[in-house]
Amino acid sequence: MRPLQVPEEEYLRRGHVGCAGCGAVIAMRFALKALGPDTVVVIPACCWGVIAGAYPQSSLDVPILHAAFATAGATASGVRAALDMRGEPDTTVMAWAGDGGTFDIGLQSLSGAVERDEDILYVCYDNEAYMNTGVQRSSSTPYGTRTTTTPREGWKRTRKKNIMETLAAHRIAYAATASIAYPEDMIRKFRKARDLKGHARFLHVFASCPTGWGVPSELTVKLARLAVRTNVFPLYEVENGVSYTLNTEGDLPVRAYLSPQGRFRHLSPEDIQDIQRMVDEDWRLLRAKAQGPPQRARLMA
Amino acid sequence: MKQVLEGSHAVSEAVRLARVQVVSAYPITPQTHIVEAISEFCSDGTMDARFICVESEHSAMAAVIGASNAGVRAFTATSSHGLALMHELLHWASGARLPIVMAEVNRALAPGWNIWTDQTDSLAQRDTGWIQLYCEDGQEVLDTTLEAFRLAEAVNLPVMVVLDAFFLSHTFEPVDVPDQDTVDRFLPPFDPRFRLDTKNPCAFGPITGPDRYMEIRRDIQAAMDRAPEVLAAVEQEFFSLFGRRYGAVDAFLCDDAEVILVVSGTAAATCRQAVGDLRKTGERVGMLKIRLFRPFPATEIRAILPKAPKVAVVDRNVSFGAGGIFAQEVKAALALHKGNTAVYSYIAGLGGRDITTATFQEIYLTTKDTPTPPAESVWVGLAQEERA
Ligand SMILES: Cc1ncc(C[n+]2csc(CCOP(=O)(O)OP(=O)(O)O)c2C)c(N)n1
Ligand SMILES: [Mg+2]
Repeated sequence: MRPLQVPEEEYLRRGHVGCAGCGAVIAMRFALKALGPDTVVVIPACCWGVIAGAYPQSSLDVPILHAAFATAGATASGVRAALDMRGEPDTTVMAWAGDGGTFDIGLQSLSGAVERDEDILYVCYDNEAYMNTGVQRSSSTPYGTRTTTTPREGWKRTRKKNIMETLAAHRIAYAATASIAYPEDMIRKFRKARDLKGHARFLHVFASCPTGWGVPSELTVKLARLAVRTNVFPLYEVENGVSYTLNTEGDLPVRAYLSPQGRFRHLSPEDIQDIQRMVDEDWRLLRAKAQGPPQRARLMA
Repeated sequence: MKQVLEGSHAVSEAVRLARVQVVSAYPITPQTHIVEAISEFCSDGTMDARFICVESEHSAMAAVIGASNAGVRAFTATSSHGLALMHELLHWASGARLPIVMAEVNRALAPGWNIWTDQTDSLAQRDTGWIQLYCEDGQEVLDTTLEAFRLAEAVNLPVMVVLDAFFLSHTFEPVDVPDQDTVDRFLPPFDPRFRLDTKNPCAFGPITGPDRYMEIRRDIQAAMDRAPEVLAAVEQEFFSLFGRRYGAVDAFLCDDAEVILVVSGTAAATCRQAVGDLRKTGERVGMLKIRLFRPFPATEIRAILPKAPKVAVVDRNVSFGAGGIFAQEVKAALALHKGNTAVYSYIAGLGGRDITTATFQEIYLTTKDTPTPPAESVWVGLAQEERA
């Protein structure tokens, strides 16, 4: 097996306070390896607001600005404007928000920043619920999920919001999905996004959450890989909202991804069939947009 | 140079002269003229600044918070519903000790959409850690905005420059607009000790537990406590350069007064006239204008109001269930004083209803003729059929 080509430099320090097996921690580690030290990180309320460390400590070797929950896009815009005025236009300004801070309460601020085409990189690390407050549903929570606000027979019966399509509809210069199970692909996308200076860029990073999903912590990366291999979370890129590139094609049924997870344990075979139909439908739509076979199918190796 | 300026444009001119670097705002009547003029300055190069046209006031304040954290002079302006929407972020700005300056045009809150003046919007933000200065006329608006940057940057707290809707924001007056060189001498470039800097990475605003939070709040209080003294020093310097000063409060004919009328905002201009008229008929009446509301200038107030046996506070605002807000604060300030000055509380002019010299005459006479103050605020100028 070929060793991973991942930069040696570390900007995430030991002693962060993420849960064991936290996918969001892995996501930040790779993100900063890709972006390097000339990066300012804006973090609204989310698990990462905690993981980053309590005053007077920090778990990152880059500056962090903690921000109000709804404000990642706007706060990052302000930081960008100020750095430009100070003659530091090359610094990357990265907003780093959870799915709640992106799909829900921060959607307006993100939309505004993207419509203004702010020179920022907005990253949503997606663990598919409000994890910091104890696993409540978000609009990123997928169909079929039990959370603390969609408990028991009230499991979520609406689909996950398609945030990538929302961003594509803004004609954003660059939007891509990425996964902690595919670090090289993820680092390539972070670098591509970093180097697309002068425009708003969006990365949607799948970040498994063992605590919230009811899985053992050693399954974090495996689940992230299964999400890609079942087409639950396809890896792809969109340029200018219209030019789609697929990076992967799944080869497994959704059951392989759903069955290890406590949050889906209640689902009947029929429910799982329903989910399979939804995933297949989404995949067909995506395939049609990409108009061609996945260009980096070798990722599946 | 003297120019005939709208109150709104007195703000815009001051922001230009202050060499603000990042502005972010969202339009709301009656704030719009302020930011429209600044937009023009930014687009025609009169100002070397970025104007971020955000999609809400919540985002406007977030953007200037981001900018200020990154080390530039930042400004925003809003009013009423916009200020209410910003509420969460007002705490973020003061908690982060950011010297942001905001012009806030006093306007009433719905329902019953009302774009006219009313102080309840800004006074409802009194506990957010912002310094608040209330202006009487266009010159004071321009001068206060310039002073606000000096004050904010000296104590590391945000400052709200407050002006009445229409009576001030849309009224044209001759205003002396100072030249850039003199303003530059008064207001040096902003150079904060701490800022987002990739060469010196720090975390701003992280989790702060019960073991540390309280000291940080105590520091904010200490900065507030310093503000009146700093304002006095800033005004001294402003006076030496520009020949004008205003004070935290402004006492007018208070020394021998039997009744002192306590006012703020444009009502002070009307009150000056009313007091002058009453004096001509032999009435011993004075006026105390309160310009600095946060921190509340209790020391100055205790030095002036106890001269009179009666004080009538006229509030263009209401805290439902507690009455006029300035009156509450004045009573609290006088509680430490051993004198027996009686405080009368009046509510007038809500939602832009006119406060005229006749209103002040009525308030003065009522106060003079009522031996002891009623427990509740007295509402002045209600339509007859609406009286309970
Ligand atoms: C205005 C506001 N409302 C609610 C909260 C409480 N809150 C903090 S984090 C959070 C959930 C964050 O969810 P997400 O963005 O998905 O990040 P995660 O915690 O899952 O990493 C909530 C609801 C808050 N901080 N601010
Ligand atoms: Mg989440």
